[in-house]
Amino acid sequence: MPHLRENNTALISALRGLLPSESVLADAEDMRPFECDGLAVYRQLPMVVALPETVAQVQSILRLCHAHGVPVVARGAGTGLSGGALPLADGLLLSLAKFNRILNIDVHNAMATVQPGVRNLAISEAAAAYGMYYAPDPSSQIACTIGGNVAENSGGVHCLKYGLTVHNILMLKVVTMEGELLTIGAETLDSPGYDLLALMTGSEGMLGVIVEITVKLLAKPERAQVVLAAFDDVMKAGEAVGSIIAAGIIPAGLEMMDKLAIRAAEDFVHAGYPRDAEAILLCELDGTHAEVSEYILAVRNILTASGATEVRTAADEAERQLFWKGRKSAFPAVGRISPDYYCMDGTIPRRQLPHVLRRIGEMSAEYGLAVANVFHAGDGNLHPLILFDANKEGELHRTEEFGRSILRLCVEVGGTITGEHGVGVEKIDQMCVQFLSAELSQFHAVKAAFDPSGLLNPGKAVPTLRRCAEFGAMHVHHGQLPHPELERF
Amino acid sequence: MGGMDISTALQQQVLDAFHNGTPLNICGSGSKAFLGNASRGQAIDVTGHRGIVEYDPSELVLTVRSGTTLHEIEAALAEAGQMLAFEPPHFGEAATLGGTIACGLSGPRRPYCGSARDSVLGCKLINGRGEILRFGGQVMKNVAGYDVSRLMVGAHGTLGVMLELSLKVLPRPAASITVTRVCSAAGAVSSMSALLGKPLPVDGACFHGEQLYIRLSGSAQAVREARSKIAGGVLPDADNFWHALREHQLPFFKRNGALYRVMVKPATPPLNIEGTWLLDWGGAQRWLYSTEDPASLRHRIASVGGHVTAFRGGKQADEIFHPLPAPLLAIHQRIKASFDPKNIFNRGRLYAGL
Ligand SMILES: Cc1cc2nc3c(=O)[nH]c(=O)nc-3n(C[C@H](O)[C@H](O)[C@@H](O)COP(=O)(O)OP(=O)(O)OC[C@H]3O[C@@H](n4cnc5c(N)ncnc54)[C@H](O)[C@@H]3O)c2cc1C
Ligand SMILES: Cc1cc2nc3c(=O)[nH]c(=O)nc-3n(C[C@H](O)[C@H](O)[C@H](O)COP(=O)(O)OP(=O)(O)OC[C@H]3O[C@@H](n4cnc5c(N)ncnc54)[C@H](O)[C@@H]3O)c2cc1C
Repeated sequence: MPHLRENNTALISALRGLLPSESVLADAEDMRPFECDGLAVYRQLPMVVALPETVAQVQSILRLCHAHGVPVVARGAGTGLSGGALPLADGLLLSLAKFNRILNIDVHNAMATVQPGVRNLAISEAAAAYGMYYAPDPSSQIACTIGGNVAENSGGVHCLKYGLTVHNILMLKVVTMEGELLTIGAETLDSPGYDLLALMTGSEGMLGVIVEITVKLLAKPERAQVVLAAFDDVMKAGEAVGSIIAAGIIPAGLEMMDKLAIRAAEDFVHAGYPRDAEAILLCELDGTHAEVSEYILAVRNILTASGATEVRTAADEAERQLFWKGRKSAFPAVGRISPDYYCMDGTIPRRQLPHVLRRIGEMSAEYGLAVANVFHAGDGNLHPLILFDANKEGELHRTEEFGRSILRLCVEVGGTITGEHGVGVEKIDQMCVQFLSAELSQFHAVKAAFDPSGLLNPGKAVPTLRRCAEFGAMHVHHGQLPHPELERF
Repeated sequence: MGGMDISTALQQQVLDAFHNGTPLNICGSGSKAFLGNASRGQAIDVTGHRGIVEYDPSELVLTVRSGTTLHEIEAALAEAGQMLAFEPPHFGEAATLGGTIACGLSGPRRPYCGSARDSVLGCKLINGRGEILRFGGQVMKNVAGYDVSRLMVGAHGTLGVMLELSLKVLPRPAASITVTRVCSAAGAVSSMSALLGKPLPVDGACFHGEQLYIRLSGSAQAVREARSKIAGGVLPDADNFWHALREHQLPFFKRNGALYRVMVKPATPPLNIEGTWLLDWGGAQRWLYSTEDPASLRHRIASVGGHVTAFRGGKQADEIFHPLPAPLLAIHQRIKASFDPKNIFNRGRLYAGL
């Protein structure tokens, strides 16, 4: 039935033979909630949405799609910020939402086995009864799924000390596009063969559909304390970040917000942030009681020496939570003060922070668009939020141009176009800035090793060489971009 | 920062091998030559490609050429009060970083502070077509493209010649102490497992010769506080003990016969398999000298969810690494072909046919 692709009704009725009818959605209205992820400027209805609830169903769906050449896009909670879960008009959207069970918490081996649709925070909540938790904590953790976290290699405010998703998982069960079930990694610390676990992590749903995840659990630290420091100059805050690390201290979290972000967050959740500061740093220290006391003292001294105008330690756990609430709700807070905002995600070597922040400020003036900076300062992962109004003629276009300039700057100073949000559809052209043709070809070859048919999330994350040639040519013409074939940095 | 860049010569050698289909045997110092299946092919010597390319302690990132010795790297880090978090075994004076990363071996700190692979941030390599490629980078977080750098770790040089590696490094702990007490193997396993659920600064746990050893590292305060919560006496000269464990210089490792590296879930009770055991990594990595038939050994250990490497002293003809299920092996072969289409690098070093 190779022409099934043209014949949607036949595919849909074949799906109804595999799943209960309420698990196959084909009406536009039913499919509307799946038309975009967190990057809502891109929208597309799929041909059909399937909501399986067993691994066998996932296998059958993928076999069916494989046999008929229908592309498949996996989806967790749809909080992704790069359009990774954006549906394809002629494709099937595979929602893992019904895989929402925690299968096992193994305290003795400090691990938990969960289904991919389990929310990130739900793992820590379930482990709390044993004094344990799952470390990576993206700001979206009440909503995003662990499957999506693995697919994006998500980080969080605690990843400076505790690592990213890739450092905190042990084993995956994955279904290939052909419908084959693979076990990748192991319940042991190392596993035989190539490190496919690393390859799967951050692969944006292009290599396989993740149907089970075994994560590591950590003992909850005895104490966590946060220090808030205010600065009258963003550069000083940036330099303070380097000084803390240089002193041999690895904070559990080290976050920075600038004035616009501080005010938006303060107005939204009343976190007690100083509204008149140009920048604040939130520095969390965790460990044993005595250890935390020792580090708090050291960090306070460094911050003061770096020119902080105010250094405040949370008075109690409630205030600590409040300080973090302000940070974790910074994106929605900015959403309240601007009709739209665009979140960037470049990472740079930490020492470039002052330079890059200054350049972003200058570009903000050039493009006539305000920027709120809220980011993971400790690991140099920037999240400039560009404020714009999509209803104003040309503003989205200008915003995207501005965003591209920021990413090019990140690559120029030795960084990367994406620290944790993924490439998706959004940054696919910037991949041509960061990688040479031979490197992109190697990525395509890796993809083909898992998915020879190329039907899993096609067109995302890795651009075709042709696309780069067109993109590169266009920009070279305007004299803005070095030719992608030339030496980078 | 000194050293020597011979990447052009190495690239030329790979290009020639690609055109002529000559198998290559990638050579570091040869300290781990015993490890893996017998190597064939023309030697391609990376030890001349050496030197620290970039190291800024406040970035916690180090970039070095792959032929640089661990010795030189660790000396540079120590000067800045930092270290490689994965505490790599050297197994020889001249061990190179490239060989260490290719073997993917980590020391006693691994369960608590991460593995060799966890430290890798970026890699520059020559693939089997003679192309020089760069993946990852010098920053802590980077999700642009597939994680090819970490794929190189433990690939035993079968996917490419690593030229340069960027690693995340960590400050050395200000203080460290080792607490030891006599106990049974079963008691050690349950004590080490219980520690995983406690917020203590443990960075080493080993059971050897009826003794349990727990290493605590961190700020002086933290170590003092934690020590009072763990029963046992303080081990004098603890650094020597952990060094000897890491380098396989304890008397335990001086035996003749086949040494197996057994990976299991840490809380797995002592296995009833004939032989002499040493438990490292809090019980997650177990060393075993045994005369049991390797196939039945693998079978027994696989039945508790573990796997085995024939680390040293076994029969050369036996499979060294734990066999892969057929669908996974097929993906391995396709990945190998995608990097090294003419199969020139370290043929058969990891698995026959890879
Ligand atoms: C099963 C097993 C058992 C082992 N047993 C022992 C032992 O008993 N004693 C001991 O001392 N060591 C042992 N080793 C370890 C290994 O040989 C050393 O740990 C490693 O550090 C050697 O560094 P080297 O520079 O000497 O590398 P080499 O020994 O020269 O090379 C180690 C491996 O890495 C590859 N390689 C080296 N450099 C590169 C590069 N730049 N790019 C790509 N690939 C590269 C080589 O081809 C080889 O496969 C064992 C390893 C394994 C896997
Ligand atoms: C307010 C806000 C704050 C955020 N903060 C952070 C942050 O601090 N750190 C951070 O890293 N990210 C952050 N994000 C981004 C986002 O939450 C993460 O990328 C998250 O991991 C996405 O999970 P999801 O379940 O929503 O995945 P989706 O958006 O549904 O999917 C993301 C990608 O994963 C693939 N995928 C999903 N499930 C599977 C599966 N089971 N198998 C294979 N592929 C799959 C999809 O195809 C897609 O490519 C934030 C987003 C928002 C909206």
